[in-house]
Amino acid sequence: MRKVMVELSNISLNYHTIKGETEAIKDVSFDVCEGEFVGVIGPSGCGKSTLLSIIAGLLKPSNGSVRVNGKVGYMLQKDHLFEWRNIMQNVLLGLEIQNTVNENSIKNIEDLLERYGLSDFKYHYPNQISGGMRQRAALIRTLALKPDIMLLDEAFSALDYQTRLAISDEVWTILKNVKKTAVIVTHDISEAIAMCDRIVVLSKRPAVVKNIYEIHLTCDLRSPIGCRKAPEFKEYFNEIWKELDVHV
Amino acid sequence: MYEATQKISKEHREFLKKVKRKEIAIKITQISLLIAFFALWEIAGRLKLIDPFLFSQPSRMIKTIINLSKDGSLFTHIWVTLSETLIGFALGTFSGIVIAVLLWWSDFASKVAEPYLIVLNSLPKIALGPIFIVWMGNGEAPIITMGLAISLIVTIISLETGFKQVDEDKIKLLKTFGATKFQILTKCILPASIPTIMSAIKINMGLSWVGVITGEFLVSKAGLGYLIVYGGQVFKLDIVMTSVLILSILAALMYVLLVYIEKKIIKWQ
Repeated sequence: MRKVMVELSNISLNYHTIKGETEAIKDVSFDVCEGEFVGVIGPSGCGKSTLLSIIAGLLKPSNGSVRVNGKVGYMLQKDHLFEWRNIMQNVLLGLEIQNTVNENSIKNIEDLLERYGLSDFKYHYPNQISGGMRQRAALIRTLALKPDIMLLDEAFSALDYQTRLAISDEVWTILKNVKKTAVIVTHDISEAIAMCDRIVVLSKRPAVVKNIYEIHLTCDLRSPIGCRKAPEFKEYFNEIWKELDVHV
Repeated sequence: MYEATQKISKEHREFLKKVKRKEIAIKITQISLLIAFFALWEIAGRLKLIDPFLFSQPSRMIKTIINLSKDGSLFTHIWVTLSETLIGFALGTFSGIVIAVLLWWSDFASKVAEPYLIVLNSLPKIALGPIFIVWMGNGEAPIITMGLAISLIVTIISLETGFKQVDEDKIKLLKTFGATKFQILTKCILPASIPTIMSAIKINMGLSWVGVITGEFLVSKAGLGYLIVYGGQVFKLDIVMTSVLILSILAALMYVLLVYIEKKIIKWQ
């Protein structure tokens, strides 16, 4: 039995506005084990991102309990590099906030920049580098804090399709290599199948868990791009597509 | 980056030349217009097409500058107006930034202040001049206060709006790092608002000139505003025109200085 990193039990969340109360999430439960990549997929506006905010501790659920076993790192939809800081200053941001800038942490960052091909761009400003590089810098900014669990909130959706494929492949490889646990929120079915070991399908609002898929793909190279050739890929796609029950 | 490593093609060289030529043509036209304006003014005065007594004349303005410089009074007047403007501008801008930060910090305070800010913003601040004079006497204090009052409310309103327009997700990012409200302010809100602050500063500089000159019109013993009113009263248009000319040069220099500082600060654009 693997160590459970995230444990959601019977989570509900209601939004309050002057006009009334909205039930966003209703009785959602699932676990994420160590080293596992879990995808969360569902119709837009169903509360996927809200779920991540709950795991990250930014929001308190109205009901239910969350147990998170380790440090959480968050990646948002856009890279949100601060345009007034150069790349080095940007990747140092989290450490600055937590007052942990020291020789060791700087050394660690230098290594990460070197490994992911950004060390020549340390003193460049975000608008001087490509979208893919920006995304990598954002990843380093998160990794610098040595999180145990990565939360990816539509982390690639602001990129164009080709860059998106390449970067999601790259990020996946990096995260698997350093044996991180990940919760990946996306609306892209293929991306979820390609990147995740398990996929939680949510219903439309109020979000409940409709189904959980274990993904087993037969392919030589288990990487997001490599495994798209697996024969099971299409079957999973069709099943999840049906499950999502999309009506436009 | 890309162009630098490549050899410049003939077509590109032609293009660069064209751009350069246009720039030079613009500069030359600008300077010629200025010279032509003063030359025509001078000539029109000499040929008695206009009455130099009412319209003054560049040569008479130069004479005025020399006369006023001899006893040093010109520099006193310039210094008085300049220092009043700078002090009023600095106080207005600084307290505007501080108040805007406080209103960003407390949503309650911001909501409470809103109607008052709207009223104060609509009020022509010059109407307060006589009140300041009664309260503070006829020294420099009411003039500086005018320079301050005229820029304060605009600064508060434009900065508060600017602060609130900072991307919510940037703040969310900082929260995922566990940032405190003070860290959100110093690491994100303030640096992200530097362009807004700089544009407020440029507007304030102009407004402070207006405030100070109006203040000097109402009550003063020295300053360019004083010279203009005095010159008008004794019908010495030479003094009035000279003062206006100096004022416009000072204001322009100040603006150029601000643009230079802005370029130095915002180096990421």
